[in-house]
Amino acid sequence: MDMRVAVGGLMLQNPVMPASGTFGEEMAQVIDLNALGALVTKSVTPLPRTGNRSPRVAETMAGMLNSVGIQGKGINAFVRDTVPFYRGFQSPLVVSVSADTADEFADLASSATVPGVAALEVNISCPNLEDDGRSYAMDPLQTRRVLEKVRSATHLPLWAKLTPNTGALTEVAQAAEAAGADALVVANTILAMAIDVETRKPKIGNVMGGLSGPAIKPIIVRMVYQTARAVRIPIIGCGGVASGNDALEYLLAGASAVQVGTYNFVQPTAMSTIIAEIEAYAVRHGVSRIADLIGAAQQR
Amino acid sequence: MSTARSMDDVRNAAMRELSARAVNGSEPSATGGTGEEASVSDRLAVSGAPGGPMAAGESGGSSESLAQIGGVLFNRQVSTRYWHLAVSAPAAAAACAPGQFFYLRCGDDGEPLLRRPMSVYQMHRGRGELHFLYAVKGAGTTRLAQLRTGDSLDMVGPLGHGFTLDPDWRGVLLVARGVGLATLGPVAAAANRMGIRVTAVLSAQTARDVLSESYMRSCGARTLVVTDDTGTSGVPAMRELVAGILASEPIDALFTCGSQRLTALLQEMAAERGLPGQAALEEPMGCGLGVCYCCVRPFAREEGIEHLRVCRDGPVFPLAEVIMR
Repeated sequence: MDMRVAVGGLMLQNPVMPASGTFGEEMAQVIDLNALGALVTKSVTPLPRTGNRSPRVAETMAGMLNSVGIQGKGINAFVRDTVPFYRGFQSPLVVSVSADTADEFADLASSATVPGVAALEVNISCPNLEDDGRSYAMDPLQTRRVLEKVRSATHLPLWAKLTPNTGALTEVAQAAEAAGADALVVANTILAMAIDVETRKPKIGNVMGGLSGPAIKPIIVRMVYQTARAVRIPIIGCGGVASGNDALEYLLAGASAVQVGTYNFVQPTAMSTIIAEIEAYAVRHGVSRIADLIGAAQQR
Repeated sequence: MSTARSMDDVRNAAMRELSARAVNGSEPSATGGTGEEASVSDRLAVSGAPGGPMAAGESGGSSESLAQIGGVLFNRQVSTRYWHLAVSAPAAAAACAPGQFFYLRCGDDGEPLLRRPMSVYQMHRGRGELHFLYAVKGAGTTRLAQLRTGDSLDMVGPLGHGFTLDPDWRGVLLVARGVGLATLGPVAAAANRMGIRVTAVLSAQTARDVLSESYMRSCGARTLVVTDDTGTSGVPAMRELVAGILASEPIDALFTCGSQRLTALLQEMAAERGLPGQAALEEPMGCGLGVCYCCVRPFAREEGIEHLRVCRDGPVFPLAEVIMR
């Protein structure tokens, strides 16, 4: 069984990897990192960030809201402490980067271009709540501007992480491709809100948050399907993957790989199970190369 | 999950989990590990335990793994609101320290989606048992209450950093309410084993809700029960009660869990007297492992305010560092 897939400048041993923000060094305690297609870090920012006020998470039907605010120690500590940890594993390390301005994005990409890093995921989609939830990836021109700067700052493959919170998804995808992105991650969380009727207050400290989990999967599968028709670069599906069948849906819609996010919280061993389930499906259906399934559900 | 799965099914599930995973590293055991608690468990009669259920760690896999399958020994309602759940999970019980928690899957059909963090009420390492005491409040605990003897419980843990006990201490004061009534149980047991005297003030709405009193007593603790319906649990009354205990007994440290206002009160009283203290905190969690930063709260440290993960950096923190909301 050939589980390999080519994604944005990398050949992955299988199409399953974690979604940024749901994975870290601590996961090595529960899952074999060498079994994963890639390792995707939580977004790193130029400077340390303390993140948003609590509560930062609220459960919803078949999903969850979060507004963490990218708490982290900043790029210097990341390069010093985190990158060396992952050098002990064979799966390629994809570093998610997030910054407030296009120039900061470029500087950050340059700083993150160090030995041991295989690709950068450019997080232009995290809902920026200081801007009423807007982000770069809501707008094709902003997307092109920031990615062109990042492109000129590093030789590493660039994966652009798009937001579902836009009416211009395919235009944003094409702008990212034109700016030199090697792959697209479709997508991030959906801007959402939940209210506690007893306290009559928002359940999230920052009022709004990003919805993730099985609840959003049909929406993101649709977005992958649409995006795959609009660009030539590979797509990584991300939204509510909880099983091998969920991953296969994304592949059939046109994704070359998938990211597992919220379900890592539900079942920290989920990615191993999903890889095994994809393999079992391929065997059952006589598929010798998993890459042959990519886009098979596209109506031409 | 509450469907009748045989013990063989449990064993097979555990084996599958283990074969699907490799462990690249293990967290050193949390602070405050206090060793075997056979002396405690021997005094407690637990009925209804079927012979020979096993946990993942017993099935030939790594005992260092955090993903475990526990076998439910019993799960019974012990008051209007509270349930007492006992599982056989020898590897987890052996690895667990007082104050650590387990992240429990409450439904295997995706409802509720997220796991629930639950602190350990009793651990009996000799028998390989973990006990949980919980109030049925929401979707997670409602599902948990449906577990039957022989069911399997999908648990990740032990997680976090627990309580620390100093063998030189003469006595400690525990002040608990709500979930804290369970969380402080293992502290009483561990202190007793170390020869540290335990005085426990247990607060609840009514005396019927103070379910840990008999366990605390069996651990050698002197218990004082205060309740809302007798008007003895308010902050002024508690201040007087605690002041009296601190004035008359050799108390070298304070422990609390389960109430913001009691934590604030103890923080103030500990600071006035220069006593150390520890508080176990609750916070909604995402991953439970420390990767998602969903359960972060601010803490007052010497270097300034630090934003720490309750799941990973806690759930037990120095009392003086806790910042009230």
